[in-house]
Amino acid sequence: MKKNPTTVAFQGTAEQEEILLSVIEKYRGVKGSMMPILQEAQEIYGYLPIEVQKIIADNTGVSLAEIYGIVSFYSQFMLNPKGEVSISVCLGTACYVKGSQDVLDKIKEKIGVETGGTSPDGKYSLDATRCVGACGLAPVVIINNDVYGRVKADEIDTIMTKY
Amino acid sequence: MKTISDIIEIKNITKNNISLGGRQKTRVVVGMATCGIAAGAQSILTAINDELKKAKLLDTVTVTQTGCIGICQYEPIVEIYDNDGRRTTYVNMTADKAKRISSEHIKDGKIVSEYTIGAANGENVTSLNDTEFMKKQKRVALRNCGIIDPEKIDEYIAMDGYQALHKVISGMEPAELIQFILDSGLRGRGGAGFPTGLKWRFAAASVSDKKYVCCNADEGDPGAFMDRSILEGDPHAVIEAMAIAGYAIGADEGYIYVRAEYPTAISRLTIAIEQAKSYGLLGKGILGTDFNFDITLRLGAGAFVCGEETALLTSIEGKRGEPRLRPPFPAVKGLFGKPTILNNVETYANITPIIVNGVEWFKSMGTEKSKGTKVFALGGKITNTGLVEIPMGTTLREVVEEIGGGIPEGKKFKAAQTGGPSGGCIPASLIDTPIEYDTLVAIGSMMGSGGLIVMDEDNCMVDIARFFLDFTVDESCGKCTPCRIGTRRLLEILDKIIEGNGELKDIDKLQELCNYISRASLCGLGQTAPNPVLSTIRYFNDEYIAHITEKRCPSGVCKNLLRYIIIEDKCTGCSACARVCPADAISGEIRKKYVIDPAKCIKCGACMEKCRFGAIIKR
Repeated sequence: MKKNPTTVAFQGTAEQEEILLSVIEKYRGVKGSMMPILQEAQEIYGYLPIEVQKIIADNTGVSLAEIYGIVSFYSQFMLNPKGEVSISVCLGTACYVKGSQDVLDKIKEKIGVETGGTSPDGKYSLDATRCVGACGLAPVVIINNDVYGRVKADEIDTIMTKY
Repeated sequence: MKTISDIIEIKNITKNNISLGGRQKTRVVVGMATCGIAAGAQSILTAINDELKKAKLLDTVTVTQTGCIGICQYEPIVEIYDNDGRRTTYVNMTADKAKRISSEHIKDGKIVSEYTIGAANGENVTSLNDTEFMKKQKRVALRNCGIIDPEKIDEYIAMDGYQALHKVISGMEPAELIQFILDSGLRGRGGAGFPTGLKWRFAAASVSDKKYVCCNADEGDPGAFMDRSILEGDPHAVIEAMAIAGYAIGADEGYIYVRAEYPTAISRLTIAIEQAKSYGLLGKGILGTDFNFDITLRLGAGAFVCGEETALLTSIEGKRGEPRLRPPFPAVKGLFGKPTILNNVETYANITPIIVNGVEWFKSMGTEKSKGTKVFALGGKITNTGLVEIPMGTTLREVVEEIGGGIPEGKKFKAAQTGGPSGGCIPASLIDTPIEYDTLVAIGSMMGSGGLIVMDEDNCMVDIARFFLDFTVDESCGKCTPCRIGTRRLLEILDKIIEGNGELKDIDKLQELCNYISRASLCGLGQTAPNPVLSTIRYFNDEYIAHITEKRCPSGVCKNLLRYIIIEDKCTGCSACARVCPADAISGEIRKKYVIDPAKCIKCGACMEKCRFGAIIKR
């Protein structure tokens, strides 16, 4: 999975760091705990910039290289924060055969953001996701927590007016 | 801590509320798996509750959520079980419709037939049970899905839940239990179909101070959602079966590795594990015996390769989820270096019915080499999308035409894709193939975890092969070269063909490369990655040839190869297309025929979307 490098400056607070340290403490001695630590860290910060990875490395004794290796391996670990409006288009097979690629292309054109990217002002981010398992509603678009089913490319303009 | 007599008491009390006969209360269930929630089930549940509260009926009616009922395209769905056992299925619900059925049906007992499933699908029925969709189905793994409330352990217990665990740990030797599973003929439902009992026997035979039982709930095949539906609809079925597996091999710890994309499944599993612990059905000294077993939930983070067994175990260990060389097999050296069994969600969901109903019952379903049933997620170009569970050996034709209700809009069936990125396409000429492990492999596909995507004449098979290759290139973990580089080269050749630059020798190159990749890759992902390419070349060679020699996409999908054309007879000269065209490729005079200049056309399709007269086609 290709990752776009971090472009958004780190703005973590001391409070966030404190929560993160308590998470690391909670998992001390638990076997195979790096994944849950990273997952919870991402919940705290919204993404996993190198600064956060470094805090984890310093406090777990695992090397930064290994942590970066894990973060870059899994598609859900993000090096960039999500936009204010986070858009995901399902490209699972059922959605694909029903035309979700056209929907994705239309959104790209509309907001000027490439798949996997965040707009420079931090307003929009766009992802093509793996099957979300709602194949009966194909093609599916998820914007923040709203799920839109049976979306057609020409409905995108109308849908996007809400955001 | 509960004893078995407590469990039986809970069963008897709860049974009155949920079983189909002998209930005192009317039961209203709202389908609230991911699809249902996405379609708006929460507001329906609220509306019904509000109405019944107003009518002061909440004492005589139980309103509850349930998991996947199985007919996705009709979500949101509400089912009413009247106290005489009559079941009514209401579909495409809205809050207003829900209000009406609350007063007319729940209060006055009168079926609102225009909202029932029969009104939606044209059959003369009011209950899902009587539809063509259900007629050929047999629900074993899905037995409780869409019936019980998955967040209430008592309802699972009422459906004979945790009886099998009690039977096993209080009266069966581990070796006897393994023989029992072996005799049933159960094979892994995650894809390859390895005999479950054999896997357990290997792990039982490994001597170690510590063993693990793991559940593969990293359902990554695009278009497959059986495991999600089971976890969302009946999480205890998996928990109970894992404890049974733990007893069989001598393990006291289990992990469920579930993909993070399934938040509803994760929350219901978390609730279920807590409930099982509070009843003493997980933990130390289960049901008063000296058997201990505990389960931890681990979330994936979006890596398809983690569905491969060794990669999954590596991921639970907190590392990059890369596969490991086998042997040693996990049954010898698995999680944290200890003997481990890993079974898929649906496999576990079959364990307790086998123990409760016996080997002969299970063997009575299915075929010689594939026993029992298989759940498929039916999707794509098919009338009834949904979750279907069929006896092994049912033909593809029965699934597509009878259960699936055929292809919408009178289009022609072209192919069915099973096995996701590891599987292949089954062409219309083989539609009478019985669905079982070995026949599917013989025709170049595989059972896979159970996605069944139907394609019609509008789908281009070269494009579909490219779609899956794009997926594997993205998901290849990069550890071994044949998969990392080989799949990329395959994708490049497919791109070349799709863009209209293909040569006939590319087909041979594809096949040769496929052969190397499948033989030399380290894990299942790479070994099966060529299947979509090979099977489409095998059955749809003419489409490849058309792309290469005629520079034409017969299905009108591949953008570079198609032309947008205005049909003269249908064009009214409204000029809408010319105005929307971003490339100024459409010219003409108002109220006269317009034409598209292929040299300027960028094939964006905007004109076709805009035309209200269906005058623009692509071919």
